[in-house]
Amino acid sequence: MTLLALAALGVFHGLNPAMGWLFAVARGLQERSRRALLLSLPPIAAGHLASVAVVAALVVASRSVVATRWVAIGGGVVLVGFGLWRALSRRHFRWAGMRLSLPELAGWSFLMSSAHGAGLMLLPVLATAPVGGGHAEHGVAAVGGDALTGLAAAGIHTVAMFGAAGVVAVVVYEVAGLRVLRTAWFNLDRLWAGVLIAAGLLTIAVA
Amino acid sequence: MALWRPDPSFYASPRDAATAPPERLAYVAAFDRSATRPDAIAVVDTDPASADFGRVVGWTDLPYTGDELHHFGWNACSSALCPTAPHPHVERRYLIVPGLRSSRVYVLDTKDDPRSPVVTKVLPASELAERAGYSRPHTVHCGPDGIYLSALGGAGPDEGPGGIAVLDHTTFDVRGAWEADRGPQFLAYDFWWHLTQDVLVTSEWGTPSMIEDGIVPELLLGRKYGHALHFWDLRRRRHVQRVDLGDRYQMPLELRPAHDPTRRYGFVGVVISVEDLSASVWVWHHSGNEWAVTKVIDIPAEPADPALLPPALQPFGAVPPLVTDIDLSVDDRWLYVSCWGTGELKRYDVSDPFHPVEAGSVHLGGIVRRAAHPSFPDERLAGGPQMVEVSRDGRRVYVTNSLYGAWDDQFYPAGVGAWQALVHAGDSLVLDERFFPHGDDFRGLRVHQTRLQGGDASSDSYCFP
Repeated sequence: MTLLALAALGVFHGLNPAMGWLFAVARGLQERSRRALLLSLPPIAAGHLASVAVVAALVVASRSVVATRWVAIGGGVVLVGFGLWRALSRRHFRWAGMRLSLPELAGWSFLMSSAHGAGLMLLPVLATAPVGGGHAEHGVAAVGGDALTGLAAAGIHTVAMFGAAGVVAVVVYEVAGLRVLRTAWFNLDRLWAGVLIAAGLLTIAVA
Repeated sequence: MALWRPDPSFYASPRDAATAPPERLAYVAAFDRSATRPDAIAVVDTDPASADFGRVVGWTDLPYTGDELHHFGWNACSSALCPTAPHPHVERRYLIVPGLRSSRVYVLDTKDDPRSPVVTKVLPASELAERAGYSRPHTVHCGPDGIYLSALGGAGPDEGPGGIAVLDHTTFDVRGAWEADRGPQFLAYDFWWHLTQDVLVTSEWGTPSMIEDGIVPELLLGRKYGHALHFWDLRRRRHVQRVDLGDRYQMPLELRPAHDPTRRYGFVGVVISVEDLSASVWVWHHSGNEWAVTKVIDIPAEPADPALLPPALQPFGAVPPLVTDIDLSVDDRWLYVSCWGTGELKRYDVSDPFHPVEAGSVHLGGIVRRAAHPSFPDERLAGGPQMVEVSRDGRRVYVTNSLYGAWDDQFYPAGVGAWQALVHAGDSLVLDERFFPHGDDFRGLRVHQTRLQGGDASSDSYCFP
């Protein structure tokens, strides 16, 4: 169930043009090269992974030392607040450059994912996931195992994100063309904000 | 309010934009030279199926006087689809309208009734001065991360440097000056960019005192007006290179980069050569690791009887073409060149940008020729084709006849009048006889830039080829 949720959220993130596949398509078209498109995807995924892993690591680290329930509630409140901000704010991410090196592209992806709260959205899953090995009470020794679980969760999520983004990018580049954007590009920002709020409420509810 | 689907007037590529439906309305900046009545945005019906085709069907007076409306632009355009910060669910609905003389900036909402835009915000001159250090705002471009606004002058008594201010996309507040490092740049006029290549280009006119009371002959003959282009790193906001055209080429004004984002060239029109009064068009390009400009079109002055010339031109016995605006079709194939002095709109096939081929011409007005419009064959027109705007599909070209208040008076001292014409661009250029709003249609105001509903050839930039 947890794995499925992580993967589903990964697909959701991967489908969002703002999370990187559109940038990969643009880079491919600019160079007239599918290779340029494909080479862009790993750094985008790496940036996303880093953004998600930060949240996962924080959840796991805090779970080992303080009461899970209060962390979950606090995290849920932050999440609802962030979701409302995303829903109500009309600001958007600012970044001027188009010609980025691959490391810069990873940095762009990290900032884009973080600004959209991609990692936060995983909070209910991470907070309620069964603790690896069931040795949460064993103190410091447990942290290593838990951190691994958190990283594994971020990894599973990112693999799903990478897969979805890759498929959409290649289909748009090779088959569908960008005209499809005019009709198919729903305002994911609203849905995104809604999911953030729902995730926050869920986290609080099950805490 | 954000949309659920992308604004239908946004297109990912210039190829797609060329398939856009024809515009139904045109917005035209109209200003009162005497500065005693408010300037206005006139709305002209451009739908040939409408009973009001070619008529002024809407009119929005501004709340102040003395603005001298000139250029203006949309709050959002196809650059909203650019992948670094996509936000395609904003709406193209606000016109950002600067007053070139007053330094005020107006925001007009066209959504509820496109024929009757409503002023929703006025930025006083002090906002541009205090937040960005600029005055005399000119060109507006909708960027992926904000609205860019060029300005000719500095704040307060400062003549310059002119430069670019960035406005917030949603509040329209001035965020500040764009430049992090302006290098040797001082004069300003137009700007545009190669968005996907992180390149911005600026051109040069003059400081406020050099233009506001008319062209100053001593400055012109002293080669003191602008004669260089500047290339910038758009991402780092830094000056990269100044390219001098040579000081005989005074006033490189309008910048028209290729719409195809994979290309790296563009055209700039030069008003006048002080050696022979000719006008020219140049292409900028990137060769090796440097920017360069190459003259590709030369338009000679036309000899004339001095008795027919305004005092400023009598010593020369010739009419300078005065190329004051150019426009490049969205498919990058056709370049339109306004010769405001001789009263001619020229078209060039620029499929090969280094070897333009003249492909059509229309005469209207002109300092000596005074060519009439076919629908009013007895009316000798003053002014000439000046601001030129091309529809997204490339089939229709709109021209208006005023250049800039004080300069109109010098070159057309008997009065420049006010008119707008529509040229159909097929194998040849043909004036539309049904479309000629002029004279009283514009209520005594002069008309400058035209913007087409949904976008036009100089309003949008694209991030995908």
